[in-house]
Amino acid sequence: MALIPIRAMVKKDLQVFFADRRAVIMAFAMPIAIASFFGFIFRGDSQGNQRSRLEMLIVDQDSSAISQAIISSVIADQNLAATIVDADTARSRVLRGASPVAVVISRGFGDSAKAALVGSSGRPQLRILYDPSRSIERAMVNGVMTPHVMQAVARAVFGDGPQLQRPYDVHEEALTARVEAAYNGYAHSFAGMGIQFLLFAAINLGIELLTERQRGLWTRLRSAPISRVTLLSGKLSSATVIGSLVLFVSFAFAIIVFHVSVAGSLAGFLGVGIACALMAAGYGLLVASLGKTPNAARGASIFATLIMVMLGGAWVPTFVFPEWLQKITVVVPTRWAVDGFDAMTWRGLGIESAVMPIVVLLGFALLFTAVAAWRFRWEEA
Amino acid sequence: MLRVSHLRKAYGALVAVDDVSFTVDRGKLVGLLGPNGAGKTTTLSMIAGLVTADTGSVDIDGKALSGETDPAKRRFGLVPQDLALYDELSARDNLRFFGALYDLAGRELDDAIGRALETVSLADRAKDKVKTFSGGMKRRLNLAIGLLHDPDILLLDEPTVGVDPQSRNAIFDNLEQLKAQGKALLYTTHYMEEVERLADRIVVIDHGRVIADNTLDGLTQSAGVPTLEAVFLSLTGKSLRD
Repeated sequence: MALIPIRAMVKKDLQVFFADRRAVIMAFAMPIAIASFFGFIFRGDSQGNQRSRLEMLIVDQDSSAISQAIISSVIADQNLAATIVDADTARSRVLRGASPVAVVISRGFGDSAKAALVGSSGRPQLRILYDPSRSIERAMVNGVMTPHVMQAVARAVFGDGPQLQRPYDVHEEALTARVEAAYNGYAHSFAGMGIQFLLFAAINLGIELLTERQRGLWTRLRSAPISRVTLLSGKLSSATVIGSLVLFVSFAFAIIVFHVSVAGSLAGFLGVGIACALMAAGYGLLVASLGKTPNAARGASIFATLIMVMLGGAWVPTFVFPEWLQKITVVVPTRWAVDGFDAMTWRGLGIESAVMPIVVLLGFALLFTAVAAWRFRWEEA
Repeated sequence: MLRVSHLRKAYGALVAVDDVSFTVDRGKLVGLLGPNGAGKTTTLSMIAGLVTADTGSVDIDGKALSGETDPAKRRFGLVPQDLALYDELSARDNLRFFGALYDLAGRELDDAIGRALETVSLADRAKDKVKTFSGGMKRRLNLAIGLLHDPDILLLDEPTVGVDPQSRNAIFDNLEQLKAQGKALLYTTHYMEEVERLADRIVVIDHGRVIADNTLDGLTQSAGVPTLEAVFLSLTGKSLRD
């Protein structure tokens, strides 16, 4: 294969890429900014972070000894951030989305609960007002309130004698492959955003190719005594180099600023990155081969990319998806890229866990490139 | 040097080029004339290997061109109608890139770049980005890229479109020099005075077919009119073309 033309194409594409300030900002600054934001939001229970507390409102309409005991117990709970408010405030705040959930202890709740515990009357209602968009918090509060209420009512019924207590303690252990590897939400967000903007950079290269055709540059390239394989290899190489730069610069920032670590295999991490860049390069060629004009190609390919990164778990982890959707997303290359990076960073897994993502990503790279070569419009009318 | 024999190209029912044959000899410039859509650019594209001919052949010194990687393609230099330049790069970087496509590298490439820039009088602007160039300078750089690998045959597709008289005159001087060096030049244009000044022979194409192939004097005498423009109109008619 002709190395001089391929090297020249890579050098030229890098020069053109870095000459376009907007493209550079898009490729490097944007993923870092957005990944930093997502990482902050989803930083999870990593070292040095305070445990997240469940925010709730509590309304005491009963003002009984039992309701006071419940509220004291709730406020003392380290897992909850409870604020006492009146009923109107609670309703208004939940309605506006300012608070996810409010617990209302209605008038007469204490007496009725005492009677219900010994079976002499029906059970009173503990009212829970919740924002329908925050049903997870509703379920959590529902569960969390049970021991507080049970303890307060039991103490009121049985006095200071033996109390109802949870008959076990909980030991929590975050599982990563290495003991020293703590979960770092930035690792996932930088992987996701790195992949997204890597694909955007690939789209730009594909569109650049279409623009080159419009400007007559392709005519000149095709008049040189170089093969189609050389031309495609040159484009594929430059897209891979630029894609790798986008990914690894983004990760380097995360490592330096947010202490993300490659707790797993470094070779696996690099392998996933390069395979991912090759996949994106093939995708860029596909955009160039299927697109008729730069503008038409840009719109369709950005839409396709957003779907791919969304389904691949680049925005939010795939475990929040319904089970059927989780199964389907294995046909999306970004899913393998995100899983591969997660495995090599915060999960701290060995290179064997990178093999499958690398193989699948290379498979997608081959598929995209083959379809691009097949569909590419080689001749100038 | 260049022999085009019975070239034909059809796009579905539309026959763009039909049985076109002509030759271009060493040290000569052949003007390829025709109205819009006559088939000039398609003919040029087939010669340059950009479009595959349905039938016919292109020979250089008796040897037929075969395939896109045929080393004989090095003997062609194409100057396309579009300004096929990277505006974001300097003139030197443009030349460096296109030179590498012909496997030029190192000292050989540097020397070729120097010669090409000198030829088109752009040596002092070598480091400037192309986007800062005037239309005429871009046209001259477009020509320089075609000359970079020292081709024997130059295919020029309307190389003076939109340039000022000074740049046009400079390009003419370049072409005269190239002829004197023994290069074969095939030149398409709509400007009759350019062909009158430069061409040793003129091929007129219309509706994809060669309708005349002669010297300027031969054409005017056989048509019985004084100018090439009158010859052209008598051959192709006065009706407007798309």
